Amino acid sequence: MYQTTYHRASSVDEAVSLFGKSSEAKFLAGGQTLLPVMKQRLAAPSDVIDLGKIKELQGVELSGDVLTIKAATTYYDIMTNADVKKAIPAIAYLTSVLGDPAVRYRGTIGGSIANNDPAADFPAALLALGATVKTNKRSISADDFFKGLFTTALEDGEIITAVSFPVPAKAGYEKMRHPASRFALTGVFVAQTKSGEVRVAATGASQSGVMRVPAIEAALKANWSPSAIDNVTISASGLLADIHGTAEYRANLVKVMAQRAVAAAR
Amino acid sequence: MGVEGIGARVVRKEDKRFITGKGRYVDDIKLTGMTHAHFIRSPHAHAKVKGIDSSAALKMPGVVAVLTGKQLVDDKVGNLICGWAITSKDGSPMKMGAWPAMAPETVRFVGQAVAVVIAESKNLARDAAEAVVVDYEELPAVADMQAAIKAGAPQLHPEAPGNQVYDWVIGDEGATDAAFAKAANVVKLDVTNNRLAPNAMEPRAAIADYDAAEEHFTLYTTSQNPHVARLVLSAFYNIAPEHKLRVIAPDVGGGFGSKIFIYPEEMVALWASKKVGRPVKWTGDRTEAFLTDAHGRDHITHAEMAFDANNKIIGLKVKTYANFGAYMSLFSSSVPTYLYATLLSGQYNIPAIHAEVVGVYTNTTPVDAYRGAGRPEASYLIERLMETAARQLKVDPAELRRSNFITQFPHQTPVIMAYDTGDFNASLDAAMKAIDYAGFPARKAKAKADGKLRGIGVSCYIEACGIAPSKAVGSLGAGVGLWESAEVRVNPVGTIEILTGSHSHGQGHETTFCQLVAERLGIPISQVSIVHGDTDKVQFGMGTYGSRSAAVGLTAILKAMEKMESKAKKIAAHALEASEADIVIENGEFKVTGTDKAIALPMVALAAYTAHNLPDGMEPGLKESAFYDPTNFTFPAGTYICELEVDPGTGKTSFVNFVAADDFGRLINPMIVEGQVHGGLVQGIGQALLEHAIYDANGQPVTASFMDYAMPRADDVPSFNLSHTTTLCPGNPLGIKGCGEAGAIGASAAVINAITDAIGKNTLEMPATPDRVWRTIHAA
Repeated sequence: MYQTTYHRASSVDEAVSLFGKSSEAKFLAGGQTLLPVMKQRLAAPSDVIDLGKIKELQGVELSGDVLTIKAATTYYDIMTNADVKKAIPAIAYLTSVLGDPAVRYRGTIGGSIANNDPAADFPAALLALGATVKTNKRSISADDFFKGLFTTALEDGEIITAVSFPVPAKAGYEKMRHPASRFALTGVFVAQTKSGEVRVAATGASQSGVMRVPAIEAALKANWSPSAIDNVTISASGLLADIHGTAEYRANLVKVMAQRAVAAAR
Repeated sequence: MGVEGIGARVVRKEDKRFITGKGRYVDDIKLTGMTHAHFIRSPHAHAKVKGIDSSAALKMPGVVAVLTGKQLVDDKVGNLICGWAITSKDGSPMKMGAWPAMAPETVRFVGQAVAVVIAESKNLARDAAEAVVVDYEELPAVADMQAAIKAGAPQLHPEAPGNQVYDWVIGDEGATDAAFAKAANVVKLDVTNNRLAPNAMEPRAAIADYDAAEEHFTLYTTSQNPHVARLVLSAFYNIAPEHKLRVIAPDVGGGFGSKIFIYPEEMVALWASKKVGRPVKWTGDRTEAFLTDAHGRDHITHAEMAFDANNKIIGLKVKTYANFGAYMSLFSSSVPTYLYATLLSGQYNIPAIHAEVVGVYTNTTPVDAYRGAGRPEASYLIERLMETAARQLKVDPAELRRSNFITQFPHQTPVIMAYDTGDFNASLDAAMKAIDYAGFPARKAKAKADGKLRGIGVSCYIEACGIAPSKAVGSLGAGVGLWESAEVRVNPVGTIEILTGSHSHGQGHETTFCQLVAERLGIPISQVSIVHGDTDKVQFGMGTYGSRSAAVGLTAILKAMEKMESKAKKIAAHALEASEADIVIENGEFKVTGTDKAIALPMVALAAYTAHNLPDGMEPGLKESAFYDPTNFTFPAGTYICELEVDPGTGKTSFVNFVAADDFGRLINPMIVEGQVHGGLVQGIGQALLEHAIYDANGQPVTASFMDYAMPRADDVPSFNLSHTTTLCPGNPLGIKGCGEAGAIGASAAVINAITDAIGKNTLEMPATPDRVWRTIHAA
């Protein structure tokens, strides 16, 4: 690792101020991506500003039909939170299959979506549930937030403070784990809103990052059941291909994982 | 036997230090004035090194030196060697290009070192390495062995035209052709044995310490065989004569074969420590492990098996291409020849076998022995062939095997090996019973109703272990003898030190070797310690690999024990005024049989060292040594049966049951044996389902981290159902066959046989990833 200066911010304002004073600063959330990248010498920030201990970024709140998860809440804390389990059990399940125990104790929802890895689990949940990303400056809908591989709507120095999820009527998530990394080789999150809208998002599949799957949404809107997807065809065009999965395989997984997510949805 | 003798499930003595973080590995050692090495490695698979400019790096903080391959040549440090000479079918010796420890002119695989930075810390060395400018001229590269042997392919070494190292044959071609000419059925199969990265938990490391006053080197290294390392470094690399080179292999965190070999890094560390006049430490990281630890397997094979009208095997033809990577590693040449083709008879009576093996250079990491070394490749081939034959001949796969089993011993195969003993029916029966083979069709039908494809796969493996009779391997081209040595030192107060040339890097020798002493003397294992891994302490040894440490190493200890006991009995008889022939050893005492006269071991030991009252003419002391050279290989064998389900939607495999019935001869510590089998099975399953070291067409590694290279994890494998059927090995007095590699040798075929049974298609390469299985299910 190259030399870097570590700062532990005690508030969002302090973190913003520290960021402004540094030449090439990076925010550190759970460190599950940034630290390995720094150890590989692929990133060399002058300053690392740790958001993990900021109290205002911790915790979960359930208020009526909105579940709010603060940005620096770890996967483990989300997985075990009673409100999460009650309001959107699919999110609790998603965190239970995210990485391994060490990752779940360190990684955070804010870190995951800010990084927007094309195979990360949480972006699919945000997109399918129609979540809103809250930052220190504004609110951004999930549809507007994810901009492709490792790219988001965040501006330089902008900090995610929380994610608000409208509590759905039903939601489910299923993923095929990448055999080496345990990211999503392909994962699909399905949701039926309380107003009857159907939203489906797939991660790990597209060359452009997390994506909605309109064909499956239409089929499920007509008939919310796994068999409704039987005749949907997913094109392999534009999908990722690597040693663990061809584009055709991933296209199949989008469909199969969607069917299983519907079957598991509650 | 006592509670800690042979056959007892004694908890491992060494685990207290391992699980409390008190192990002492090479990287834990810090010497005064120690510097740190960071290697500069080629990013290209094939390139000329036109120049190295280290001027900027030398001005950076903490930099002690930047050393290059050219300086290594100037100092006349020897090239790395391959220690097993193989002769091609035309009588010519194998064709090898030189392998310098750092490349002075040409790099031939990604990761090959061209220079090393020596600095005050590891990070300062890494910083400076980025300032070293290496001018490469890229050359065309070839990573695929079938491409490498085609006309017009990029050539790696001028010494090896066509990138061919050797074209070797074994067996009787005429007799085999004759068998095929009269065959009722011929079964054909093409298989690929996928390349694996060994991934020991502890990466390789070395510390070299040169003492200028004594002109003496000490090397701490992650080695499975420190004496062999010293021998090779002295005899071939011009580092130092043996008495001026001490090699210490302290606690070593796994090897699986990858730490048998001499690598460039420890050679460079030794040379550099003399050049800079300070100790030099190098600890590899995981990326370096992927790039530079010798890989395993990597065969492409076409095989044909001939059957008569009664479904008896009458002949076997095999042609294998073996990928050696860019250079010939220390024992690489023997792996696809004498460790592979000599096992092609499997557990079966095959009257005629002919095999041809072509060794190929490619622009990839060198390939050498990896857990099983040649024997997994042979077992996988034969057991895939037997399964394919059963399907083609429409007979039950288990019964086809049974009807071809060798049942009379000793049995001379047509491919050198003479099996000494075994009971293949017994292990097949045990495995079939354990998995309820007869009930499988009903379970398959039920799974089908649940939407799952269920399959069962049998694998009847045999291996040649207890490596090896020196005379036999010498006649086959080995450059070393493969005996083992031991020394028993009884201290004046009666505690015992066993010095062994075997090396434990996970196998539990510190417990099992003590159990032999406990068995013979009736003392607790706490009074015995095992000394290994230091050339200054242990006189000589050949190390640990090839499931040899119990069959060969422990037998050497037994021989030394017998000598020591004989002398101790003389001392006891003298003290007790009895006849030596009447002395028996029980519960730590030397007793006059049939009487209550006895003298305790500590008193015998004390008498040996006070030497006031010894039999006339007897030398003082109680210390004996022995060298043991086995008379034959040992032949562990067994049957593995795997039952699994495939999810047709995703192609994902889930285990239902996995049974292993092994014949390892006598077991010293069944708990440790089970651990060895578990680990081996996981590696075999890893090869079958997950692991694959992949290069792109230009020789760039695609799987150089755990993000891409899939290692098996606990939830990828089932709980194993183990059992043992025992025939004692007649070749050594303890009846031991060895257990270290069996799981890795037998498991892969059971898994692939089961998956292909489940999906109803016979062609499926390893690793059977969900994607590959799904595509195979849906292929036209």
